[in-house]
Amino acid sequence: MLSRYIRLAVAIAAAASVATCASAEEPERKGIPAPPGHVFKTIISGYQFRSKETRALQDDDLENPGFLAVERAADAWKKVEGSEGKSCMSCHGEAETSMKGVGAAMPKWDDKLAKPVNLEQRINICRSEHMKAEPWKFKSRELTDMTTFVRYQSHGMPVAVKTDGPMSPWFERGKQTYYTRYGQLDLACASCHERNNGKFMRADFLSQGQTNGFPTYRLRDQRLVPLHERFEGCMFDVRAEPFKPLSDEFLALELYVAWRGIGLPVETPSVRN
Amino acid sequence: MAEKPRLKLPKEATKGEIIQIKTLVSHVMESGQRKDAQGKPIPRKIINKFTCEFNGKPVFSCVLEPAISANPYIQFDARIDEAGTFKFAWTDDDGSVITAEEKIALKA
Amino acid sequence: MKAINRRQAFALGGGFVMLTLMPMAADAEVTGDAAKWIEKFTGGKQAVKGKISLDLPEIAENGNTVPLSLTVESPMTADSYVKEVMILADGNPNAGVATLMFTPLSGKAEASIRIRLATTQNVVAVAKMSDGSLFTEQKTVKVTIGGCGG
Repeated sequence: MLSRYIRLAVAIAAAASVATCASAEEPERKGIPAPPGHVFKTIISGYQFRSKETRALQDDDLENPGFLAVERAADAWKKVEGSEGKSCMSCHGEAETSMKGVGAAMPKWDDKLAKPVNLEQRINICRSEHMKAEPWKFKSRELTDMTTFVRYQSHGMPVAVKTDGPMSPWFERGKQTYYTRYGQLDLACASCHERNNGKFMRADFLSQGQTNGFPTYRLRDQRLVPLHERFEGCMFDVRAEPFKPLSDEFLALELYVAWRGIGLPVETPSVRN
Repeated sequence: MAEKPRLKLPKEATKGEIIQIKTLVSHVMESGQRKDAQGKPIPRKIINKFTCEFNGKPVFSCVLEPAISANPYIQFDARIDEAGTFKFAWTDDDGSVITAEEKIALKA
Repeated sequence: MKAINRRQAFALGGGFVMLTLMPMAADAEVTGDAAKWIEKFTGGKQAVKGKISLDLPEIAENGNTVPLSLTVESPMTADSYVKEVMILADGNPNAGVATLMFTPLSGKAEASIRIRLATTQNVVAVAKMSDGSLFTEQKTVKVTIGGCGG
């Protein structure tokens, strides 16, 4: 049997090695002041929680692999598909002007559907209703590329979701999900990203869980990951049965978490670990 | 699927100048080490070679192994003695080749 | 094994910390698959430490994408240049990473790539010059595994 003092020795060594890791990070993390009534005093992008190598990868727009998706979707934007003989461009013209700010304000209320829709859903509504083309599957390269491309048109613009009016019950629902503990590990979003951001959980350096960089190029996956896939991943990590991507639960959560990062510049395509 | 590689190098240089060239190409770089959901090994499929030549002369090349990250990024330098054309080629395990060209002029 | 007391536990933990904080006195000897690659590359000739500067993060945020830059000191003229640099990762299932081939037209023997490291390990570079001389350098990269990013 392992002596409890040996365990203590291991714990000291482990704690010290974590401290070494932490001191290697830049301690100062710049953020933006949160509006009154917000949960954070300072809203900080996930960028600030990453290593200097990862940040450098995001900053160089040639080295940033996320731009491969932006370029692919720039071509897809002009491609005619579906029985209406239309491309995205047929209705929207140049994305650089028509899509500016669109991605920063998602999810947005849709009167016809009487619910909020996110960017992936909006793109597929366009495809099925206006182009009469097959909607793209969630997680397909085509849909993630186009989502990234449209979000990129808001690059540097502040996240600006609306949470009032018909959106408020969705906001409340998202908030409830955020603070609900899930899974065998019994953790809520708040357990890691509100109470423990800036600390290590095992090998992971926890951020505020902001969404301003999504879809994000994850070093782990070596591809762009859409937000709902990340949500799924978080729930899987706490050993819970994840909600389905594009479900009402995740949509409400997307809205609420976007509000937690209100005012942060859109960084899509960002690079995260 | 051949896609347009991303390239960054100056449009012109002075004679004798050493310029930096950045390249990024979309590729999964499947290592051959992974298994699919059914537990079957996913066959290796990588870019195994990259070459850069200038006016037909070799400048830089490399042999790549599965330990290269997906979407391979390769950065290197070149000395410019004359105006001309760079040719870049990425060779896939399946034999297909992604190519690109870029011209450079001499500064007056 | 004899159980240790609390004081010994602190000493042991502290000692381990000191050990990990100490700079590595000497490069680890390259063994296994990596040694075979080097043998093939050098033809059994001994490579001397030096001339290569190898830039890698001390701690990789994720082992799937680790930036690597290297520079080899050389005039890069037709008479004297770096011909090839082999890069190896001694803890990967296959040690081979890349072999870079330079020419005098490269101007500088400098390159950057991104590599996959399966675990904490040594990255080794061996350079072959136009006169046949061989140089080597290595660096340890800690790869964090586990948690959500793992």
